[in-house]
Amino acid sequence: MIFLDNLINGLSLGSIYAIIALGYTMVYGIAKMLNFAHGDVIMIGAYIAFCGLQYWGLPPVIAILAAMAVCTLLGVTIEGLAYRPLRQATSLAVLITAIGMSYLLQNIALMIWGANPKSFPRTFINGASIRIGQLNISSATIWTILANIVIMVALTLFTAKTKMGKAMRCVSEDRGAAELMGINVNRTISMTFAIGSALAAIAGVLLCSSYPILQPTTGSMPGIKAFTAAVFGGIGSIPGAMIGGVLLGVIEIFGKAYISTELGDAIVFAVLIVVLLVKPTGLLGKPVREKV
Amino acid sequence: MTRAKRNRLIYNIVTFVLVIGAFILLQSMIANKSITRSLKGQLVPICCWVVMAVSLNLVIGISGELSLGHAGFMSVGAYTGAVVSGWLLNACAIENTTLRLVLAIVAGGIMAGVMGALIGIPVLRLRGDYLAIVTLAFGEIIRNLVNVLYVGVADGRLAFSFLNKKMPEGVTMLVDGAKGAVKIKPVSTFTAGFVLIMITLLVVLNLVNSRAGRAIKATRDNRIAAESMGVPVTKYKMMAFVTAAALAGMAGALYGLNSSTVVPTQFTFNQSINVLVFVVLGGLGNVLGSVISATLLTVLPEMLRAFSDYRMLVYAVVLILVMIFTNNPLIRSVMNSAIAPLKRTLRGKKQGGDIA
Repeated sequence: MIFLDNLINGLSLGSIYAIIALGYTMVYGIAKMLNFAHGDVIMIGAYIAFCGLQYWGLPPVIAILAAMAVCTLLGVTIEGLAYRPLRQATSLAVLITAIGMSYLLQNIALMIWGANPKSFPRTFINGASIRIGQLNISSATIWTILANIVIMVALTLFTAKTKMGKAMRCVSEDRGAAELMGINVNRTISMTFAIGSALAAIAGVLLCSSYPILQPTTGSMPGIKAFTAAVFGGIGSIPGAMIGGVLLGVIEIFGKAYISTELGDAIVFAVLIVVLLVKPTGLLGKPVREKV
Repeated sequence: MTRAKRNRLIYNIVTFVLVIGAFILLQSMIANKSITRSLKGQLVPICCWVVMAVSLNLVIGISGELSLGHAGFMSVGAYTGAVVSGWLLNACAIENTTLRLVLAIVAGGIMAGVMGALIGIPVLRLRGDYLAIVTLAFGEIIRNLVNVLYVGVADGRLAFSFLNKKMPEGVTMLVDGAKGAVKIKPVSTFTAGFVLIMITLLVVLNLVNSRAGRAIKATRDNRIAAESMGVPVTKYKMMAFVTAAALAGMAGALYGLNSSTVVPTQFTFNQSINVLVFVVLGGLGNVLGSVISATLLTVLPEMLRAFSDYRMLVYAVVLILVMIFTNNPLIRSVMNSAIAPLKRTLRGKKQGGDIA
């Protein structure tokens, strides 16, 4: 029973990682950059939802939608102000800018909401838990896993069927050729940031529903782990992010349960190093051939 | 002598003269007691941060990879230094503090270098931004591990324990889990810090201007071109990364032995970002710039209380703005055309053979 409990906790945590990892993997696939600030967009989303629920008295669904709207705007703004001027620059410059952006968001949150941890209010997401036999499944877990599946299906359909989705795949394959075919690359990249950031808001709410402590650094550690998940699954691949996220969540919970609580994070990152050593392209990633 | 060579020589001489001059000035200030207490307490940390910045510049500026775990290597060095120094005192009864300090710094450097090699092997053969994320992960792993590490010494023998504090009777604890390295006898001196800076500058400047350094820079500028010219890319990237890790470990040992305790929370991701800001503000690839910015940015927050509250906010903005201003082609061309007349008047009429 403890094993099953851990497994379900792992699946729940992993689903959150998976949703965050989607944001990383889409941006990496299309803009070829590691958006370090993604984890902090999660944190901002969670704070907006928190304010909506706690101070403005919004119904939960509206609060989540408000968080998604703010994060979408934030993501597009960040991209336009900080990353677009560096489109032709080296990846090192873009990476340093992204780190700066991550710190900027954290410090802005620190100024607005202070350093004291806030406890995230209860919503329909963490309602009554369900008992199946001896197994106790919390409602947050069910919502998280459900949200994960819905997002996965919706994104797969979006990239496969819609015009914008096809444009995204084109840009990720060959930016220059896509531009020649009349695809507006800047708009496509903005759209990717918008989708990724909206997902980040959902991930933020789900994360804080399961682990209800909210502070300016809430997003950074899950963000880094989700990036690990994206690499694990194969960076740039949407199903890869899903599988990587879920596996990483399960590994983390089992590591904490059966090896050591203190070493949970170390185990997750050790996985990253092993993956890079054995299969650098990740589980579902395709090896990239380089033309000179 | 070509112009490029001459410029490089002048640059190196200026760097060394500035550092030596600053050392002599500060020493004379200490001798006639005109130095403030707070600045005197900062001298060794300044040396440590200068070494950290110069060594990180070797990775970021010269080899073009981003390392976000520099504080992790520093922490490895600090812990190794504390354990070695404590063990030498207990087991070998070495009372000579200089000898203990030197051995501890060497041990810290070796340990951090080994760690750097362990990380570099899987990562540096890959292309892309993997080094950044793996070094970041490494920093977290190290912080996790030292949190549950217990080291004690009794009768000249070291006792290690992991996860739980099972120690034999009568040991003196050297590393006590989350409490960090405890009861360190501070042995660091400003002179030692100065010597370490000189060693760092010698190593880094020589490496940069050697055959290996040119290979590293070629790899940074165009990996494919360098590879097709027969440059073993991974080997040279490893060389830069491991050297930087070892230097960071040495700085860490010096830093650790400057106070009586070392705690894991001193070496967080924030510290790595601090050093990154020193490097970016000093100029990527500019060693002298790193020295100056590390010094100023260590002293400033102490002097300006108001600034220290907003330090991280300002640093974040600095990172973004410096990157955009130095890398956006449009802004750069505007800046260049603004500076060009100024440069021309400075150089006088010596235009023409612009080989550099």
